[in-house]
Amino acid sequence: MSEIRLEQIPHLDELGHLDRVFHPEDILKNSRTLREREKLNNKIVPSLEEAIRLSGLKNGMTVSFHHHFRNGDYIVNMVMDKLAEMGFKDLVLAASSLSDCHAPLIEHIKNGVIRRIETSGLRGKLADEISHGLMDVPVIFRSHGGRAYAIETGELPIDVAFLGAPSCDPYGNANGYSRDEEGGVMCGSMGYAKCDAQYAKKTVILTNHIVPYPNAPFGIPESDVDYIVEVPAIGDPAGIMSGATRFTKNPKELLIAETAANVIEGSGRFKDGFSIQMGSGGASLAVARFLREKMLRDHIKASFALGGITGSIVDLHEEGLIQKILDVQSFDLRAAESLKNNRFHQQISASYYASPSNEGTAVNQLDIVVLSALEVDCDYNVNVLTGSDGVIRGAIGGHPDTAYGASVAIVVCPLTRGRIPCVVDKVNTVVTPGKTVDVIVTDHGVAVNPRRKNLLKNIQDFGIPVCTIEELCEKARKIVGTPTPIEYTDKVVGVVTYRDGSVIDLIRQVKG
Amino acid sequence: MKIQQTAAAGTMESSDIMVTISPSSGNNIEIELDSTVEKQFGDDIRRTISETLSELGITDAKVQAVDKGALDCAIKARVKAAAYRACGEESYQWGGAGK
Repeated sequence: MSEIRLEQIPHLDELGHLDRVFHPEDILKNSRTLREREKLNNKIVPSLEEAIRLSGLKNGMTVSFHHHFRNGDYIVNMVMDKLAEMGFKDLVLAASSLSDCHAPLIEHIKNGVIRRIETSGLRGKLADEISHGLMDVPVIFRSHGGRAYAIETGELPIDVAFLGAPSCDPYGNANGYSRDEEGGVMCGSMGYAKCDAQYAKKTVILTNHIVPYPNAPFGIPESDVDYIVEVPAIGDPAGIMSGATRFTKNPKELLIAETAANVIEGSGRFKDGFSIQMGSGGASLAVARFLREKMLRDHIKASFALGGITGSIVDLHEEGLIQKILDVQSFDLRAAESLKNNRFHQQISASYYASPSNEGTAVNQLDIVVLSALEVDCDYNVNVLTGSDGVIRGAIGGHPDTAYGASVAIVVCPLTRGRIPCVVDKVNTVVTPGKTVDVIVTDHGVAVNPRRKNLLKNIQDFGIPVCTIEELCEKARKIVGTPTPIEYTDKVVGVVTYRDGSVIDLIRQVKG
Repeated sequence: MKIQQTAAAGTMESSDIMVTISPSSGNNIEIELDSTVEKQFGDDIRRTISETLSELGITDAKVQAVDKGALDCAIKARVKAAAYRACGEESYQWGGAGK
């Protein structure tokens, strides 16, 4: 090898950082075996406290979490308890969503550990307290696509992501199931955690199950992971997912589902190669069953199903009626097992699913989406966030993302729930704008958005009786009466953002 | 009719109302309501209960109602059933038959 003198390189100043010459003594050859290396050189740290210290977290910074463990999650409370114990203050908690099980956060808000929250939804006691004015700074609500977009654009910068994972190897390849063993905790797709791991300044994986390298296939690659903490338990399997989704026997839901399937058939979009997303509610699940009969009868196959995936989608996939599944969140054990075992059941990130930054985003490829709703109004606006008493009790999820992306967005809901009307003059909170909502299917009739003239004609020509949304609203009023308007104070407790980050509505503090 | 004893009608199921009627201490109708839709329909429910009792000619009674979102028709039926039982009355005048 000739002696290298850097100044001999022409245009050296244009070639970047060529400022040193290689010396063999600078590198050390590692002759240990794979198993020895895994043990001696890895990203596992002895405790959560140590991982927090190494992450460089400071007061006022943003910590993030995913909600793949749903109401069985132990991670959020475990980490926030530790952060409180270590004396952190004024943190921003950015979770992809929060559930009933996160009520212990109330204390951390009162003690100043948490200054503000970003989430897709809130439920239970935490939601109730926030609706009644617990926090000084309002909660920002984002859709799944909107959150991915905010993370990508830097609108929501994450300092440290704390991500629970049912399996992880010593270098950080993490997943929602384990390929090596049967059983154990599993959540299936880790779609919402992928963006956090990719964009957070530091990523900590918390797992109860360290597996040998390489944990392939992985949901989160080791290149996105800084530290790994082994903990005794990451969640309660019973709360993470139900074993098998059962079809509803509720005649009201069956009627709605059958009508929705007829609307799909009559929409003009029910053709070989169509694409669809269906929710996890009783009626949405049953739509799959009615649609299956039509697909078999007419020899029609779907090219892909998207979204939160349930066992009923998996059934159709395994029967050959749906070619591919794009899975951002697995709703039940059957879906999680299919992700593990079926080659064309693909795990996707929240960004791939619904971010408005990408023209190819999966929601933009949907022909049909079937969505549920708490309330729909005469302008076709949909509320999935606040109850009829004005209290937060739901989550935006992918509602506005899929309604925007799908060429036909069908909302299924009963006309009334008990004494609560579901079709109203004005929704309490606009989450999905009426301009993107096309058909409302209730147990008392179907209404088609007058903005969609061709769709209305298709559905009428198919023989489905259609009424106006005002007629549905009046019918609901006749059954339940006129509710007394909810009383609010002037204080804003929640800011609802649309997928691009623009403010679409405000949630105010409920009086009393 | 006059309230003789404590009696109840209804269930705690969703969309039903559990109505318990007992003799009142004063000469009035006293209503204690616990409803899942108190904010939206509390006053309507109280009005429906008192109107149904006055249709039956009952002027003093203590009513405890636990409502799970019942519609007006269900509220009227439960109040009437509880009232007949509380009065020990076995000749029922249902719906429009009494008018």
